[in-house]
Amino acid sequence: MSIRSKYEAELALVFNKLIAMCRAVETAIEKSVTALVKRDRDMSAEVISEDKYVDNLEHEIEQDCLKILLMEHPVASDFRDVSAALKMITDLERISDQAADISEIALQFGDEDFIKEPEHITLMAHLAIDMVKDSVQSYINRDIELARSLDSRDDRVDQLFETVKGDLVELIRKDGKNADQAILFMMIAKYLERIADHAVNIGEWVEYAVTGCHKIG
Amino acid sequence: MNISVRNCNLWYGDFQALKNINMDISNREVTAFIGPSGCGKSTFLKILNRMNDLVDGCRITGSFHIGGVDIFDKSTDVNLLRKKVGMVFQKPNPFPMSIYDNIAFAPRTFGVRKKAELDRIVEDSLRRASIWDEVKDRLKKSALGMSGGQQQRLCIARALAANPDILLMDEPTSALDPISTGKIEALMSELKQELTIVIVTHNMQQATRIADKTAFFYLGELIEYDTTEKLFSCPTDRRTENYITGRFG
Repeated sequence: MSIRSKYEAELALVFNKLIAMCRAVETAIEKSVTALVKRDRDMSAEVISEDKYVDNLEHEIEQDCLKILLMEHPVASDFRDVSAALKMITDLERISDQAADISEIALQFGDEDFIKEPEHITLMAHLAIDMVKDSVQSYINRDIELARSLDSRDDRVDQLFETVKGDLVELIRKDGKNADQAILFMMIAKYLERIADHAVNIGEWVEYAVTGCHKIG
Repeated sequence: MNISVRNCNLWYGDFQALKNINMDISNREVTAFIGPSGCGKSTFLKILNRMNDLVDGCRITGSFHIGGVDIFDKSTDVNLLRKKVGMVFQKPNPFPMSIYDNIAFAPRTFGVRKKAELDRIVEDSLRRASIWDEVKDRLKKSALGMSGGQQQRLCIARALAANPDILLMDEPTSALDPISTGKIEALMSELKQELTIVIVTHNMQQATRIADKTAFFYLGELIEYDTTEKLFSCPTDRRTENYITGRFG
């Protein structure tokens, strides 16, 4: 095996682990929101326990990248790929944490009826999940346009967050007893809003990996 | 001192070794030339103090200005040019004489006779080459008894004794151990405060460590020339990318 082939094999290993991490994170958010809406406590618990798998992957990829930086001194697109991977795993790990946080909150609702059907939160979740999926897809396909589109899509998620916030404030004003659930929904909305932000970050690192330019968000 | 080259072509007999090269090299910066063996980088370097004049069958066209002066003009004194544009080679080549006489050689050639003045130049040159403390007590000993790294710094000191504006270095550390290499790289970073340095290197990490700008040569052409950071993080040309990432060369 030539030196370049050995190096490419190491880069491919990082790429494959990164894809596995992306897929695990996508699944985590989808399940966290499904579990919330369907009041599925087992599914919420699964998301919490599966967060460990993503944490382990992050650690593995981080070690692999640091080893490549130390041993291979990558330059040009190799350097950008490794640097982008190192940055992306931080965002992916945070998304997984936030999915676990949503699941922990979902468990706190208990068996009480919702004060309001979470239609805006569900919409936020769909948009955020699609953004995460597309950020991952833009990395796999080196799709700059898709990566760049994430920034404007995040604006819609931010708008929905404001809508949810307004609705919840209204519910608390109407009846103080709504406050407990309203706070839980508010936290979930905030996590979803942050998840969309992380998707934008991933898109920016994809753009860096492909073009060498990193836009500061 | 700025270097400006336009439409440079060079032939060794029928073989064209350099093809239409245009390049401006900035004053008080380190510029690295990289590329696979035989790509023309050393040939191009040697044009800058007309070392290729000594090669039979070598023909050069184009315009070459250093500090605004045409170095191929009939009125150019080649000896003075080489005083102003010093050169350090891959293999240290101290003269078989004392350390002192190695350094004093160029000033004596250019007419310095007073011992006090020669002493001053020798000490100053050795200090600038960061080797004074190692040799000050054995200046009269043969330079051939020094280690390879010391010999190379002596050669740099010898070039500095002529008070050059530009220092050309052709793979100056390829025969040296990492500690000696580190000393010479540190020296280059200091010297660029007052000199223009152009270095040919096969060590790309060395280029990233010391060079402000890097030029990639391939098959006699200047493929890409940019800041070192840009060239090594996001090269424009696919051939540069392939070479620096080890896909060929």
